[in-house]
Amino acid sequence: MISILGNYLQGIGRSFFFLLQVIAASPSALLRPRLMAQQLYSVGVLSLVIVVLSGSFIGMVLALQFYRTLQVFGAGDSLGVAIALSVVREFGPVVTALLFAGRAGSALAAEIGLMKATDQLSGMEMMAVDPLKRVIAPRFLAGVISMPLLSFIFTVMAIGVAGGHAIGVSLLGVDAGSYWAGIREVLHGDDIRDALIKTLTFGVACSWIAVYQGYHAAPTSAGVARATTNTVVISSLAILALDFILTAFMF
Amino acid sequence: MSPPHSDALVRVRDLKFAHGTRVIYDGVDLDIPRGKVTAIMGPSGTGKTTLLRLIGGQWQPGAGTISFDGVTVHSQSRTQLFEMRKRMGMLFQNGALLTDLTVFDNVAFPLREHTELPESMIRDLVLMKLQAVGLRGARDLYPEELSGGMSRRVALARAIALDPALVMYDEPFTGQDPISMGVLMRLIRTLNDALGLTSIVVSHDVEEVLSICDHAYVIAGGKVLGSGTAADVRASQSERVQQFLKGEPDGPVPFHYKAAPYAEDLMRVKS
Repeated sequence: MISILGNYLQGIGRSFFFLLQVIAASPSALLRPRLMAQQLYSVGVLSLVIVVLSGSFIGMVLALQFYRTLQVFGAGDSLGVAIALSVVREFGPVVTALLFAGRAGSALAAEIGLMKATDQLSGMEMMAVDPLKRVIAPRFLAGVISMPLLSFIFTVMAIGVAGGHAIGVSLLGVDAGSYWAGIREVLHGDDIRDALIKTLTFGVACSWIAVYQGYHAAPTSAGVARATTNTVVISSLAILALDFILTAFMF
Repeated sequence: MSPPHSDALVRVRDLKFAHGTRVIYDGVDLDIPRGKVTAIMGPSGTGKTTLLRLIGGQWQPGAGTISFDGVTVHSQSRTQLFEMRKRMGMLFQNGALLTDLTVFDNVAFPLREHTELPESMIRDLVLMKLQAVGLRGARDLYPEELSGGMSRRVALARAIALDPALVMYDEPFTGQDPISMGVLMRLIRTLNDALGLTSIVVSHDVEEVLSICDHAYVIAGGKVLGSGTAADVRASQSERVQQFLKGEPDGPVPFHYKAAPYAEDLMRVKS
């Protein structure tokens, strides 16, 4: 029992130390725009499709659900407000982060884990190239930068364009003017700031967990598989737990 | 300093190293003479690869010292160690090529990371290195399109890209067909002599490695069992060395892994 707890604490300590090392290696990664562009593409751009589609569907579902409830109180016109607040404050950051963990986090962990298993990381070390600077930091930074942008795109898709607006205004017949006016009236800078804090926190957490799991994967096929699974499971739990804590403070 | 070893590039003294509770090295002394090909031979699991990682400073010895060109490897700071590694090349067992880069970019990788050379000069250098290993025509292939022998040759071109003083080969012959084995053997020998390198070849392919090395060490059970020229090693009186060289299944290194007596084991009732 004590040894399990000891292992657990040791893991946490190691992962924090690893985070510091990655942050220390980050400035030199930022100075290499081509490397960063590559990673932003594979982490961010390739996650776009899933984020856009999920955003649209969540917006559409929310429109249907909220409209039904709001109609009971004769407040169907407030549909825009209900969707906008829930998406900006909760769905945008949280669902994007969960999708990110599944799409990009698992890919990062598997890629890094396989690089380790095939000696590519020690090969770099022996070529006097620091894998933390060359491999880990660019991927970590790409994750941290991509998350808020993806979350923003998710939010826009869910509230407008193909999401809530499509169903609420075009299908259910809510007035477009009151849909948008309500949003402008109720949604404040504070909400957007809080959303930004959340999504940045999730971005750091997800990317950190992914690169840590990959870098510390056992160099076998089972080890890489475990790292990938761990990334998704731990990231998802971390996102939901962090979301509760952050929401409680922001409430 | 005694004259025969005064020109050692790598010097290992009283090396002790353990993986957890498993002792890999228990007091090993080695000298890798400058400009020569030195073979390190021994059965699988004796930590031959470990030795290369210790020389490269990736792992820390439990006790003893390892020095490279007169400088102790494991007391260097990270930056100093990285400077030192620019003068070492290492060929991993599977090549360890970067899978998302072409052959050309793999060989160019150390040059681009460590030098400010213009792209035209990098191109010339890379083509020269690839020509040396006979793969100039394969420059646009990706590592997954190469055979095992070819990846090792590319990795070799990459290892010599920065013109290092020392090249370490980790099991270069494992799993190679006779032709690519011959190619690798010739490459190791000719590159060593033509470029004035010092080479360490870790291997258990006895005949191949003895035929190209100037000097050999046989390591087993954490100790050096024998050393000298190929002829010295072949003539060694040690039973363990002879068993290893001749590939006898039973001898001082027993066929059976340590276990309880057979009959007793079979009769034991699971409680």
